[in-house]
Amino acid sequence: MALIVGRSIADELRNGEAVQGRSLWQDARARFFRNRAATTGLVVLFLVGCFALFGQHLAAWSNEDIDWNLLGSVEELGGPNWENGHYFGVDELGRDLFARTVQGTQVSLMVGIVGALVSVVIGTLYGATAGFIGGRVDGAMMRTVDILMSIPYMFVLILMLVVFGRSLLMLFIGIGLISWLDMARIARGQTLSIKNKEFVEAAVATGVRPLTIILRHIVPNLLGVVIVYATLLVPSMIIYESFISFLGLGVQEPNTSWGALINSGASQMQYGTLWQIGFPLFFFVITLFAFFFVGDGLRDALDPKDR
Amino acid sequence: MNQPLLEATDVEVIFPVAGRGDWPWTPPRKLRAVSGVSVTVNEGETLGIVGESGSGKSTLARAIIGTVKASDGRILWKGDDLIGMTPETRRAHAKDFQMVFQDPLAALNPRMTVGQIIAEPLTTHFPNTPKGEVREKVQEIMEKVGLLPNLVNRYPHEFSGGQCQRIGIARALILRPKLLICDEPVSALDVSVQAQVINLLKDIQQEFRLAIIFIAHDLSVVRHVSDRIAVMYLGRLVEEGPGKELISDPWHPYTKALIASVPVPDPEVERGRHRAALPGELPSPLAPPSGCVFRTRCPVARDSCTEIVPERRKEGTRMIACPFAPEEVPIGN
Amino acid sequence: MTLLTVTDLSVSFATNDGTVNAVNNLSFQMGAGDTLAIVGESGSGKSQTAFAIMGLLARNGSATGSVNFDGTEILNLSDSAMNKIRAREIAMIFQDPMTSLNPYMKVSHQMIEVLELHMGMSHREGLTEAIRMLDAVRIPDAANRIGNYPHEFSGGMRQRIMIAMALLCRPRLLIADEPTTALDVTVQDQIMTLLADIQEEFGSAMILITHDLGIVAGACDQTVVMYGGRIMEAGPTAELFATPGHPYTTGLISAIPRLDGDDEVLPTIPGEPPNMLGLPPGCPFNPRCALAREVCTQTMPAAEISGNRLRACHASLEEVA
Repeated sequence: MALIVGRSIADELRNGEAVQGRSLWQDARARFFRNRAATTGLVVLFLVGCFALFGQHLAAWSNEDIDWNLLGSVEELGGPNWENGHYFGVDELGRDLFARTVQGTQVSLMVGIVGALVSVVIGTLYGATAGFIGGRVDGAMMRTVDILMSIPYMFVLILMLVVFGRSLLMLFIGIGLISWLDMARIARGQTLSIKNKEFVEAAVATGVRPLTIILRHIVPNLLGVVIVYATLLVPSMIIYESFISFLGLGVQEPNTSWGALINSGASQMQYGTLWQIGFPLFFFVITLFAFFFVGDGLRDALDPKDR
Repeated sequence: MNQPLLEATDVEVIFPVAGRGDWPWTPPRKLRAVSGVSVTVNEGETLGIVGESGSGKSTLARAIIGTVKASDGRILWKGDDLIGMTPETRRAHAKDFQMVFQDPLAALNPRMTVGQIIAEPLTTHFPNTPKGEVREKVQEIMEKVGLLPNLVNRYPHEFSGGQCQRIGIARALILRPKLLICDEPVSALDVSVQAQVINLLKDIQQEFRLAIIFIAHDLSVVRHVSDRIAVMYLGRLVEEGPGKELISDPWHPYTKALIASVPVPDPEVERGRHRAALPGELPSPLAPPSGCVFRTRCPVARDSCTEIVPERRKEGTRMIACPFAPEEVPIGN
Repeated sequence: MTLLTVTDLSVSFATNDGTVNAVNNLSFQMGAGDTLAIVGESGSGKSQTAFAIMGLLARNGSATGSVNFDGTEILNLSDSAMNKIRAREIAMIFQDPMTSLNPYMKVSHQMIEVLELHMGMSHREGLTEAIRMLDAVRIPDAANRIGNYPHEFSGGMRQRIMIAMALLCRPRLLIADEPTTALDVTVQDQIMTLLADIQEEFGSAMILITHDLGIVAGACDQTVVMYGGRIMEAGPTAELFATPGHPYTTGLISAIPRLDGDDEVLPTIPGEPPNMLGLPPGCPFNPRCALAREVCTQTMPAAEISGNRLRACHASLEEVA
């Protein structure tokens, strides 16, 4: 049984300046930072983010230049080496792997974040609208989502990339198109329960307009769930992209991503150049783990059951 | 007497209920939550509505406030029919009547500050009010309901239940409505806080010349605040009359049983009273009994009750929907 | 004969915001067949007292002191030892019956399971006994309805099933935690009548935990009034209601509107129920008490026993009256 402890404020200042309250967000933040794993995850994400943003300034080589000295002897001399500036070694073409990883991190993170953002904005608004209006509109809107979901998205994505050409933009559009569907369902489910709360009824009774109710009363209360789901969505977007790139359909040379780097690393594994797969894989794995830990921490922090 | 503030005539509320396992196109069954209920509220008066859960009392309130659609009947606000109005005109009317809810914390948006919550009706109906004036009005009304005005920037979860209910009352009052609908406003509160909120409502009523519809299952509370009391059972109005009189001399067998069921905080009284005044439970509103809906639990039901729907009749200040009351209903069953 | 003796029971919870002392130095006694009410508002510690006796405290809670049941110390017993007592000696009825009925099991199975496990009955014996028990709690057509699932019963009927389950092993003590709070008045009336009848029939003692003084007045011989985790006053119900000896009891009784009363303005207790995280020093009631004085804000008054009444207040009886 949860012990409910009322936070009375009777013992607060009786007069004087207005007292600043502690919002649920602030409460959640305090709870989040009490969670060590989640905080560590956030730090890791921050570091990975810094690596993506500022990594190229640290690199001794550009991501496109080929180190001709090493080209013939990548297996023997191409490993990580501080002296020649290839901190992570070079790939099979003699390009600096550090710079390549920075570039791949940028692309992969961008795919993940753009996908999650599209899903948060479109999915939340779509789901909240369907849930709040209800009835036939809800039925029609959600059946549309069902139909879109029943199309094998991987197939469509691959088809799109083949028909319209393999570009980063196409990848963003493709991933954005599918990412919001789950979010719309989640947002709608939440909206249905929030809609029956008395504060929404109070707003309706007062004569607040439907759009204002959705934006002011429903969406802010959805946000907890949405944010948690979004943090878990970022890694799954990264995995989609990696998978497509692994198939060779995603990001094209000379651009690269974690998936593409891991792909080429994997194909070189037989020659013993393990650093080629090891470094991209390390970033890939720690980022996904960090996202999962942060998502977990957010869920615990925002869980209304704790109230 | 001038025109009543609110006059509801033969209000019906029907909810469609989809059967379990039905196809989407199967016509839903009909649940009559409110059936042919008529009430009037005059300026400055308190109408208490009592009934058990499932009696339709809250649904009636929601039909009046407009969050539930009445399927039939008329609800006149100073002579204008609220049911036939476009949503736009209806919204404009919303500032004249406001509602106070049962669960004080659930009625407040947890992501908004107390100031924003209380100001919402004002900023909705008068969007051009300058910020300073809004703040002034909010703080003024907070003081009226017994909240410290310097707490405007606090969030609802930082308050206790009683304080949250005060916030809810402040929000309802900021537009100076004519009618306040209170749906079980004290049943979620601690005993010692209940009395505070009841007294606050009474004070406010006098100061603002408010009419109040006070809905509760607790007869003692309703009797304490109401000028008139209406008793509902399974969506029907069974009896109505002046508060004190109706409680001290109930006519309808259901009212009698209801009153006999209320425990009195006095061991002397409790020891000597009849127990279990009313057998059985509320029948399903999906399949209400034929004739008089109360007959399945009524101690004086006779054969004719299964066929004849009792008509409402007026006797002086009282209204009763039982053909045998008060003469043929024994006192105290 | 004394059945239950609670001595210096304290319950505390470790939370993120600090330690919460839900119950402090609670002591009371009850004899076999007695009916005792524990009355209090939210945060009074009345439910936690029951959970501590039953060994059902939340994981972050701990209890100290002594709970003696018929000569055996049962506070902080191991789970397996407590399970035996919970089934056969002390049973609990909760506010929400659905919390202790398994929604996916037929009522008959749930009841027979208990009987097989604790009373060593066969399935057939168990079924007969279960039906007899449902009859005892006045469930119409018990023999047929026993095969239903809990959700097929109404709220009042579910509470009756809960009571029947609690009575299966004929416990000597029944703890009812707000058994009628979720029910309508007419059903509440039925359930309270049932509890009184059952008690007479089975001869078990009952602790009734409630905030409703009306129910207490009708159902209980003894009453304990709690506030902020401490006993304010205790004594025979009739005397306590007639001549309350504590300002909190006085305030509580007069703050309830009565069907037969005629107060235009209800007397109130000012302020809010206590915040368990920041209880005031001294008597927890002092910020809301009209008789509070310097000493009340410094020390908790000692319990003072006279005859069969107990009170904990610095003010004298004459001042309270």
